[in-house]
Amino acid sequence: MFNYILRRILYAFPLLLGVNILTFVLFFIVNSPDDMARMQLGQKHVTEQAIDNWKLQRGYQLPLLINQEVAGLEKIKQTIFYQKSLRLFVFDFGVSDSGRHIGADIQQRMWPSLAVALPSLLVGLFVNISVALMMVLFRQSYLEFSSIVLCIIIMSISSLFYIIGGQFIMGKLLMLVPISGYDTGINAFKFLILPVLIAVVSGVGAGARWYRTLFLEEIEQDYVRTARAKGLTETQVLFKHVLKNAMIPILTGVVVVLPLLFMGSLITESFFSIPGLGSYTIDAINSQDFAIVRAMVFLGSVLYIIGLLLTDISYTLVDPRVRLS
Amino acid sequence: MIVWQKIVFFILFTMLLSACNEPILNNPYPKGLDDQQSVLYSSFSERPKHLDPAKAYSSNEYAFIGQIYEPPFQYHFLKRPYELEPLTAKQMPQIRYFNALNQPLAETSTSDEVAYSDYIIEIKSGIQFQPHPALAINQQGQYLYHQLSAEQLESIQLLADFKQTGTRELTAADYVQQIKRLVHPEISSPIAELMKQYIVGLGDYAQTIKEKPRTALKDNDINGVEVLDKYRYKIRIKGKYPQFIFWLAMPFFAPMPWEADEFYSQKALIDKNITLDWQPLGTGPYMLDENNPNLRMVMLKNPNFHAEFYPSEGEPEDKMNGMLEDAGKRLPFIDKAIYLLEKETIPYWNKFLQGYYDGSGIASDSFDQAVQFTGEGDVALTASMQAQGIQLQMAVNSSTFYMGFNMLDSVIGGSSEPARKLRQAVAIAVDYEEYISIFNNGRGVAAQGLIPPGIFGYSADKEGINHYVYDWHNGHVQRKPVTAALTLMQEAGYANGIDPKTGESLVLYLDTAVSGPDDRARLNWYRKQFTKLGIQLVIRATDYNRFQQKMRDGNAQIFMWGWNADYPDPENFFFLLYGPNAKTVHGGENAGNYQNPEFDRLFKQMSYMNNGSERLTVIRQMQELIRYDAPWVFGLHPKSFSLYHSWYHNLKPNLMVNNELKYRRIDAQKREQLREQWNQPVLWPIGLIVLLMVVLIFPAVRSFQRRAKETIK
Repeated sequence: MFNYILRRILYAFPLLLGVNILTFVLFFIVNSPDDMARMQLGQKHVTEQAIDNWKLQRGYQLPLLINQEVAGLEKIKQTIFYQKSLRLFVFDFGVSDSGRHIGADIQQRMWPSLAVALPSLLVGLFVNISVALMMVLFRQSYLEFSSIVLCIIIMSISSLFYIIGGQFIMGKLLMLVPISGYDTGINAFKFLILPVLIAVVSGVGAGARWYRTLFLEEIEQDYVRTARAKGLTETQVLFKHVLKNAMIPILTGVVVVLPLLFMGSLITESFFSIPGLGSYTIDAINSQDFAIVRAMVFLGSVLYIIGLLLTDISYTLVDPRVRLS
Repeated sequence: MIVWQKIVFFILFTMLLSACNEPILNNPYPKGLDDQQSVLYSSFSERPKHLDPAKAYSSNEYAFIGQIYEPPFQYHFLKRPYELEPLTAKQMPQIRYFNALNQPLAETSTSDEVAYSDYIIEIKSGIQFQPHPALAINQQGQYLYHQLSAEQLESIQLLADFKQTGTRELTAADYVQQIKRLVHPEISSPIAELMKQYIVGLGDYAQTIKEKPRTALKDNDINGVEVLDKYRYKIRIKGKYPQFIFWLAMPFFAPMPWEADEFYSQKALIDKNITLDWQPLGTGPYMLDENNPNLRMVMLKNPNFHAEFYPSEGEPEDKMNGMLEDAGKRLPFIDKAIYLLEKETIPYWNKFLQGYYDGSGIASDSFDQAVQFTGEGDVALTASMQAQGIQLQMAVNSSTFYMGFNMLDSVIGGSSEPARKLRQAVAIAVDYEEYISIFNNGRGVAAQGLIPPGIFGYSADKEGINHYVYDWHNGHVQRKPVTAALTLMQEAGYANGIDPKTGESLVLYLDTAVSGPDDRARLNWYRKQFTKLGIQLVIRATDYNRFQQKMRDGNAQIFMWGWNADYPDPENFFFLLYGPNAKTVHGGENAGNYQNPEFDRLFKQMSYMNNGSERLTVIRQMQELIRYDAPWVFGLHPKSFSLYHSWYHNLKPNLMVNNELKYRRIDAQKREQLREQWNQPVLWPIGLIVLLMVVLIFPAVRSFQRRAKETIK
């Protein structure tokens, strides 16, 4: 398994380099260093001299990918790409174009993102599994049919509607929770109730139906018939056997998203004023801050690769038949 | 008691509770925050990029640094038209003129005679900086934190982690230090290049310190900027530039102690994001206590703030409006100002209505909920707003939005008669009154020229109208009918909009930066306006970067742009059409590349004049020239509508003032009472939902239990 992990880590390097180059090229197709300087310097009284000075101070006076004015390896090294992007491989995110240390910003902003995403995931998982089990337990009854209809209705509505509707009903009409905001420590709790509730409710349609399908697949298996034949009750069959066996796809589906929880959610964080990472990249794109864009894309790629690797490992942990080689 | 009975009992109990007076559950602020102090709650939607006064240039940045930094002069809070008064200065500056031989000239000297102007500024004694670690010294007078050791840095993550703070008296040298900072390459001040054109020696100084660190600024002097003594300094500018005084009221010219540059230049602090651009150091009424612009920014009253008092005179109606109730009282009134990040307008608006924000703008989503138009066309608050005691304030912004023509274009540009008539026809056809009504909810004034209301030279009477586009009818301005525009089209050689060269509809191109799908309706509206003349308008939408590039290259034909005044002087608007400022040739702000020697001559003349009847005459001549030449379709001056709760006092629109927080007052007790009254939680629907779920699930559970007990018969 060690060799497998090592090989996957080594595979990640060319992948990350590719992502890095792609981000770089895409960004600079749309924005030139001059545009970036203008964005940072504002719209008034901006002269060419000021733009040149801004670029010089931040190293954007260099050519993008190849420097024809120098010889040898310097052709590559004396470029914006080399100077700005390759340090990412040692997780040195550098300084944003507005002068902030990106690493420090990420460290500060990832916790609020996690504070919303983790309970949303855990509570959502619990609720989805519970509803799916209920649907399976009461299958062929009016409860299952009405639950399926409800799930489809829930799935058909935009997540934005849940946010605005949730804020309106819970915050404005019933006045049970703050409409938006955030605080640190234990004070964060009252601000998390509504976003977590909305995340759970908006996700229950798709989640419960997916888990229901998994449970129904399992319930047709021979071992379930055997369990019933042994005289176990339906609840015992469901909770002791079906749930345990259906956990393999559930677990692997959850593990893959775990690292990405740090990245936050743009819409939720924006509407609830949660100071997470969700809006960090979008704000950076809007302000043409390449330093942040490349750092966040790189971080997202790394976390995704970690997620996939963890999924593979988790397979071996929950299913003894699987061997990584 | 069986389980379901317990559940029903719980639900009934909850419903009963909801009838009682509940504590507020939706309060986003910690309990007791307002008990001992007067707190203002406001918000921001975008984090201020810069808080360094040499860099900051946006209104959202000035909202903070305007309260922290103090330039030598400020605008009077109540008087109109806008009037400058000393802030940290003892009096208005002494201005002395010199010829090229450095010989003194009389005050009445003309701009041609004046080679240099000296501004001598004397500041008040005894003004102290806010407490700050950069100024902390030990008993031997050595700075505690200018050379931080690794051991000291270990425990420091935020500025607040420094245990000691210090202060010192403000001196003239601090103002000179800031002028030096404007041209340091690390700082990249947006006005560096502009000021090099005016301040003597600033360009050379920039070359001298180009390779040097910021800490070297204090040891190198500018030729034209001099510290005369502890409280006096002199700025020498090239020629005569009366508008320079307005720059001296902006944070660019606020004082900066050299210790700030010394302290914040330490790499270890920069790595921890502790920088001057993030943690200001000023003498103003407030100091930034918490800067987490991803969540909130908190300003506290500066304990070292010097004595300043609420003005005791203003406009005649100020007394009647209660604006002088606090006359003579020491400023500031508010102890703490909390600004929270609110990116979306809907939650912000709802929290305002709940009393959790003290003021709010009006987004288009909530416009009808807040404001209604009376039969006479006046604006009034809706009944629900009035019931909450909310106050409405309206003010026309010192800005202008226009549709410009590229005067270098072969079809619509230039000074030929057909091109001019074509532009005038377009100016009549594009109905900005309709635009304001459709897209701005009536929040704007159709422009009659370059100058917005509130700026010297603006006139709302018959004299002030653009008579090429409007008629004066029964005491009101009225846009000319489209037939007048069609006549002009015919005279221009485009009868019914037909281009004689092609025999088809004349095709014109509008270059614009599109920001989102909402722009589609706006652009279609423009197309419709041109269709009135038989012109086919082709929209060339692009992103803002490409749009700017087109403008710099002179490749746009028609474009839309705007300008927000730096200072309340007509010069700051007319320079947008001054020939030497042409964008394509000189990279200036004259985006349409308009050239008219007579206009340029009058511009120079007007720039050096004081406000008065002579200046007004020149301004009217200039307005006439540009109305006739029509390099722009004068669009609109936007109107801002603001809402404030009844507990918020001393509110007078002042679009030039950026340090208004010190004048504001909050009645915290009244706010607390109203918040409690408006935010009683409603609990019974929760109980109802639970009851419904029980009712729904219970039969299924019973049925399942029955089925499980069934045996094979």
